[in-house]
Amino acid sequence: NQASLQRPEIKLESLKEDIKEFFKISGWEKKLQNAVYSELSVFPLPSHPAAPPEHLKEPLVYMRKAQGSWEKRILKSLNSMCTELSIPLARKRPVGEQKELLNKWNEMGTDEPDLSLFRPVYAPKDFLEVLINLRNPNYENGDSLSFRTHLGLIQVPLKVKDIPELKECFAELGLNTGQLGIDDSTQVPPELFENEHVRIGQKVLAEQDSAAAQQYVRQGSPTALRAELWALILNISSQPEDILYYEQLKTNVIQHDLLVDSLIYKDVKLTASNDDYYFVFEDYLYQVLLCFSRDTSVLSHFAYNSASPPKSYIRGKLGLEEYAVFYPPNGVIPFHGFSMYVAPLCFLYHEPYKLYQIFREMYVRFFFRLHSISSHPSGIVSLCLLFETLLQTYLPQLFYHLREIGAQPLRISFKWMVRAFSGYLATDQLLLLWDRILGYNSLEILAVLAAAVFAFRAVNLMEVTSLAAAEAVLADLSTLKVMPLLQIFLFATVT
Amino acid sequence: MSRVSVPCHVKGTVALQVGDVRTSQGRPGVLVIDVTFPSVAPFELQEIMFKNYYTAFLSIRVRQHTSTHAPTKWVTCLRDYCLMPDPHSEEGAQEYVSLFKHQMLCDMARVLELRLILRQPSPLWLSFTVEELQIYQEGPKSPSVTFPKWLSHPVPCEQPALLCEGLPDPSRVSSEVQQMWALTEMIRASHTSARIGRFDVDGCYDLNLLSYT
Repeated sequence: NQASLQRPEIKLESLKEDIKEFFKISGWEKKLQNAVYSELSVFPLPSHPAAPPEHLKEPLVYMRKAQGSWEKRILKSLNSMCTELSIPLARKRPVGEQKELLNKWNEMGTDEPDLSLFRPVYAPKDFLEVLINLRNPNYENGDSLSFRTHLGLIQVPLKVKDIPELKECFAELGLNTGQLGIDDSTQVPPELFENEHVRIGQKVLAEQDSAAAQQYVRQGSPTALRAELWALILNISSQPEDILYYEQLKTNVIQHDLLVDSLIYKDVKLTASNDDYYFVFEDYLYQVLLCFSRDTSVLSHFAYNSASPPKSYIRGKLGLEEYAVFYPPNGVIPFHGFSMYVAPLCFLYHEPYKLYQIFREMYVRFFFRLHSISSHPSGIVSLCLLFETLLQTYLPQLFYHLREIGAQPLRISFKWMVRAFSGYLATDQLLLLWDRILGYNSLEILAVLAAAVFAFRAVNLMEVTSLAAAEAVLADLSTLKVMPLLQIFLFATVT
Repeated sequence: MSRVSVPCHVKGTVALQVGDVRTSQGRPGVLVIDVTFPSVAPFELQEIMFKNYYTAFLSIRVRQHTSTHAPTKWVTCLRDYCLMPDPHSEEGAQEYVSLFKHQMLCDMARVLELRLILRQPSPLWLSFTVEELQIYQEGPKSPSVTFPKWLSHPVPCEQPALLCEGLPDPSRVSSEVQQMWALTEMIRASHTSARIGRFDVDGCYDLNLLSYT
């Protein structure tokens, strides 16, 4: 190719400008911008050069320790399941079995294996108990009630936003800004907002600019453009090699049988298959979740996740470092409800490899924070504290009442937040909510919505006298409209 | 900029408290840590680095060597530097911090001794201090690795005058440029090769139990 490099049109004096021009016309400038923007949204800001890697995972030592002992509990639980059922964590499938699985790849849901002996490794409520017992050893945790004691369940003194800070942060959700989820209702003529918003959305897509797309979805994404907009924000382009990569993962599923496969299977059966909206996607869910468990590229997110992947040794090589491997290959042990992170995405993406890429990116950007103990503002501990603080500050009587009757509000809202409301809201509403998660690159909106739901049902909740009754009042969220709730709670509540 | 760690002696913390430390109810809100340099001549301080542990504000005083025989004086070189934006909550409580000489209120030459004054106004924390304290002075200048200027500082118009001063060898430049061009072409042609993540060891991924270590 040397000859083509000698072309006379390459001039030294203008090389820099030529390269810039080339980037622009070839579309590489946009690609580079989007790639840089994506890195900025995912990775934490560069920390102090002296900070060790574990400091990047989680700066507070007691949080790291708590996460460590929680992980140990999960490992023990998995190991005892292996021992009780006398099944290995992983084994190679015999060739016959491989063929059988390959043949029914698209209809794995029709299989009805006996999974009665398997139990989910943990459920959200087990995890909540751990968070309730979380303490800072350098904090005055007196036995008696004092001004320092938090009245809610979470006792760690993290900094969470108050309403003025939230208003500033979520400025685009204000009363003066058009919103999909409010201003597209049938009573509002589409000329007022919707038509123009859709037109801008098409323009954003034509420009292929991640940052613009992210800003745009803060006001909600039109249903027809959502799949493309989300892919643009997450910087997922689906090249031929991505399909190959997905096929490789599929091959790995066919070759190796893992214990976590049964956990995934059981979880889908217990959750999505029973859901009115999601049961049709059962087969997709198996495909995506099984491939996810084999994907070693997920491991890189542990650089900024307080959790660490479990380790094992190839059979018979215990303690030999060159035979140490992560288990499962992606390092993520699914818990009860895990498949609900994938289910809503099935409405948007119909090719499994695309669905897979979007889910993986959503997981390593957002969802992992909902089941790791950390001090991050989007971490589940901060979300719980934000929820409790908002409720205490703005509905003190309700909070006091529920606390007195033994119905701590977090006991009800925790499961909503851990699942990012998937399976609780109607799907159109859920997608409007997730628009804002992507738009603000933050999960804090989940805690605000949880508090807004309590505010909305405050009158009924003031009348209940038990946890069960309070749960009954809040059992069905499928009729709620999330955007009006959020807007009223943040911008139209007089306190 | 290269830097060299200065060996120092960090004395024990002294609490400032009204009344008797053992009997008084409240915990002290001010701690003082003296840092001496017994084995070093007066030096120019470049950087102070430490890991915070629940200190909200930091002041530093410095004693510097003077040429005259007059007694040396303590000078405040940092006043109430904020380490925890909200002293009642965790933010910044366990962060790594570097303070450089340009952040100081006075010249940091000929340092003999430092005094760190730590404040924590919030009564919520049982203790506070700074850990892993390191003092640095400027090291010998090393041949610095420089980027081409146009990479780090894209300027709208180049200075043509510079070209006259010393033109590089044109043939060398052109060969480098050709290599760069070839690289961009190669990258364009090959796309990205997706990582093929192997999780097995020599084809084997037979596992019995998880390891606790």
